[in-house]
Amino acid sequence: MLTTEKNSYLRQQRKHLQLFTGLLLAGLILWLSLLASIAWGAADISFKDIYQAFTAFDGSSSHLIIRTVRLPRSLIAMLVGAALAIAGAIMQGLTRNPLASPSILGVNAGAALAVVVGTFILGSNSLSVYAWFAFAGAAISAITVYLLGSIGRGGLTPFNLTIAGAAITAFISSITSAILILSQRTLEEIRFWLAGSVAGRDMNLLWQVLPYICIGLILALALSKQITILSLGEDTARSLGQSTALIKILAAISIILLAGASVAIAGPIGFVGLIVPHIVRFLVGVDYRWILPYCAIFGAIIVLNADLLGRLVVRPTELPVGLVMPLIGAPFFIYLIRWKLHNS
Amino acid sequence: MNQNRFCDHRLETKQLTLAYDGVPVVRNLNLGIPTGKITVLVGANGCGKSTLLRGLARLLKPKGGMVYLDGKAIFQLSGKTVAKKLGMLPQSPIAPEGLTVRDLVAMGRYPYQSWLQQWSSEDEQKVKEALDITTMTELADRPLDNLSGGQRQKAWIAMVLAQDTDILLLDEPTTFLDLAHQVDLLDLLYELHQQQGKTIVMILHDLNLACRYGDYLVAIQQGKVYATGTPERVMTEEMVREVFGLECRIVADPVADTPMCIPMGCKVKSDILRH
Amino acid sequence: MTKQWLIIRPKVLPISFHCDRRVPRVLSILTLITIVAMVISVGYGEYYISPLDVIKTLLGLQTTNTDYYFVINILRLPRTLVAFLVGVGLAIAGTITQGITRNPLAAPDIIGVNAGAALAAVTLIILLPNTPVSLLPFAAFTGALTVALLIYFLAWREGSSPVRLILVGIGFSLIANALTNLMITFGEINTVSQALVWLTGSVYGRSWSQVLALIPWIVIFGAIALILARELNTLNLGDEVARGLGSPVEWQRGLLLLTSVALAGSSVATAGTVGFVSLMAPHLGRQLVGASHEGLLPVAAMMGGMLVVGADLLGRVMFAPLELPCGIITAAIGAPYFVYLLIKNRQP
Repeated sequence: MLTTEKNSYLRQQRKHLQLFTGLLLAGLILWLSLLASIAWGAADISFKDIYQAFTAFDGSSSHLIIRTVRLPRSLIAMLVGAALAIAGAIMQGLTRNPLASPSILGVNAGAALAVVVGTFILGSNSLSVYAWFAFAGAAISAITVYLLGSIGRGGLTPFNLTIAGAAITAFISSITSAILILSQRTLEEIRFWLAGSVAGRDMNLLWQVLPYICIGLILALALSKQITILSLGEDTARSLGQSTALIKILAAISIILLAGASVAIAGPIGFVGLIVPHIVRFLVGVDYRWILPYCAIFGAIIVLNADLLGRLVVRPTELPVGLVMPLIGAPFFIYLIRWKLHNS
Repeated sequence: MNQNRFCDHRLETKQLTLAYDGVPVVRNLNLGIPTGKITVLVGANGCGKSTLLRGLARLLKPKGGMVYLDGKAIFQLSGKTVAKKLGMLPQSPIAPEGLTVRDLVAMGRYPYQSWLQQWSSEDEQKVKEALDITTMTELADRPLDNLSGGQRQKAWIAMVLAQDTDILLLDEPTTFLDLAHQVDLLDLLYELHQQQGKTIVMILHDLNLACRYGDYLVAIQQGKVYATGTPERVMTEEMVREVFGLECRIVADPVADTPMCIPMGCKVKSDILRH
Repeated sequence: MTKQWLIIRPKVLPISFHCDRRVPRVLSILTLITIVAMVISVGYGEYYISPLDVIKTLLGLQTTNTDYYFVINILRLPRTLVAFLVGVGLAIAGTITQGITRNPLAAPDIIGVNAGAALAAVTLIILLPNTPVSLLPFAAFTGALTVALLIYFLAWREGSSPVRLILVGIGFSLIANALTNLMITFGEINTVSQALVWLTGSVYGRSWSQVLALIPWIVIFGAIALILARELNTLNLGDEVARGLGSPVEWQRGLLLLTSVALAGSSVATAGTVGFVSLMAPHLGRQLVGASHEGLLPVAAMMGGMLVVGADLLGRVMFAPLELPCGIITAAIGAPYFVYLLIKNRQP
């Protein structure tokens, strides 16, 4: 009896050690991706210059590019990737729907409508104004979806949430396209933002949304154990003594903060929240205490590299990361479905 | 063999091998289903009972060997030809939302219909009979989603009955039913067998009910037939130990005198030790 | 026995048929509403014509004003007819996809067929703005068919499974949408505007040539769908049961999928992606006449026609003289309908 207990304890330890090493390895890849993202682009910059830009800034154009353009952009890509992946993982755990992602809460659609309305009425076209409109729009639509989802019989079930999300998204998008059809000026101004991109953002914008993302991240990590339990199903969680309503509300706040801040700063970027949790779960299993940190790093790596790819393939112009993501993500998604459903 | 009572086989397998994704689940299986009897397949979870049933029903193509229906290889017959002789009900089937019992039962007539003949008087007659015998006539116009588990299962049975076949294959028809409804359903099947002489093959998990209602038991262990015959022959303490990995006592059922399996379990063992 | 069903079984012919008793009544009411909506729609516009005059003109009777003939028969009637046909096509396509996937949310919109059509058409509008409009339907149909075939083959693994069909379809619609967005983001602004109108779905300015091009598709594949209604019923019970009943499941599913693609593709090709019709019409139909497809298909079809004709009319009336594409109206109706479904919520 004792020896088996000890064995399983050791096995547990070994597994944790493996997962921890994996996390460090992923961190290393992230670091390399960050370097690559700073070095490559419309103009390539040597690693030596990058080093000097931070240690011995001399105001030369390449140093300026690094500090005012590439670094903020790369940091934002990382942050957005991490936030979206974590929001997606929580959504999937919460709804037990493998296709759930922040966009089914209507976050992207709400943000898009708010920004389009803002541009249409106020005629503003500054990224920081967009950010606030987007944040507000995302939050309002997510809360609406939550409220609508709890009207249906049985309360806030995954099914109700998904349907409410789909309906609100469709409704909001139709209003958005109505405005875009009626006003070509708005369309012209907004379409690049609508594609979802991290280009042209500066540090200032980053500082504005950083607190929200941080709070969201901390909340998510604090909830990770509860979400693992909740992902077993609501009845199980409740019989284990969990106050599921409270957890759901806190998780919702975390999702809104993370996804709202992401869409505010980078526009609607799909797929990260959908695909990253799947990859991560495949690698680390079902424990959200490991899933969430892995999601953060993997999400950051993926968005960073997608952005880099978008800059490199059609030089000197670039593809917005919001369009690159589905183009590399969807084939993978299809492969995953074929492969995974085959085994189950 | 001394099984002359069961020598007549309209449905039988020869060297049948069935596989999922290349992994064989049933291996080189020879089995004859006695005509006009109730045959019950028993075995542990994952032993290949359901797979075998699907193979018998032409739902699964064999990797080796063949299933024969009336002496013909079942895969050389057309789907509709087989469906007129053999009806199959999978485990917990799901009906689309809003479908009424009558709609469902009418679909059992599918193998008899064509583009032009979509609803002959015979179809109508058979559906009526199926509803009557399952006592579902009263509920015929209710949507399936409004019915209780037992009623829903009866509606599905009625659908297979409307198919008007001599052979019925049922995969755990009693799952999710309480004991009273289990007995109710099995009584219905027994009645069908008595009145219309139907050959019934089903999977049951309750060994005692299997002995009570089965004329012929097939115990399956890891894709192979462990034992076949009357409940009295098959249901031994040794069989239960080998096939289910369970220590038990076999006693006579006080009501029907068929064998009854009383599991041992740790609780009893430790109690015995304590005394 | 005959309480619930309408049975047609003539003694002389070897023909028999049955459907839900409610079907004839529901169908005639829907038809009546549709005709009324069409008459109003044809009369409505900058140049108003009273319903009576519309009917007179349509029947070829003498009216007070000779302009009526031109305005009605040349300008307005084809538009309304296109709206109707497109609605019928989308609704039947939706009923079929929901039937074969056994998922009430699986409309062609969701499984990527429409996205394929949209991508092809938007590519044509934006990259080759000089190509004649008449080529648009072919492009859209090719796009829909390509995506449908890709989905079917990629979802195939020792047989096709409904869940895989839906998921692979979602994957493809994401790819197609991304490519469409790429065009919208980088295309020339005027063509983008045009493409956007097309994308939301509009029957603006459709002429007789489009009506005539669409009719054969709807009639032929609509008829095939009706013939296959029985197969749809059995498939709807699940693969196992359907196979147990002797239905060649893969064949039927392939044939039905092709029919659905043909209907959705030709409709989308003519009017763009008019959303939600293929989702709503079958739902509403099921509530009116039940889940058996012999009756459901015609009822859903008429419902779809009515919805699009109505949406087109509403889109013109609401912000007159501004005109909203009918696709926006159907989406705006579709969303609250979903909320209604949610509140009513039949599924636990």
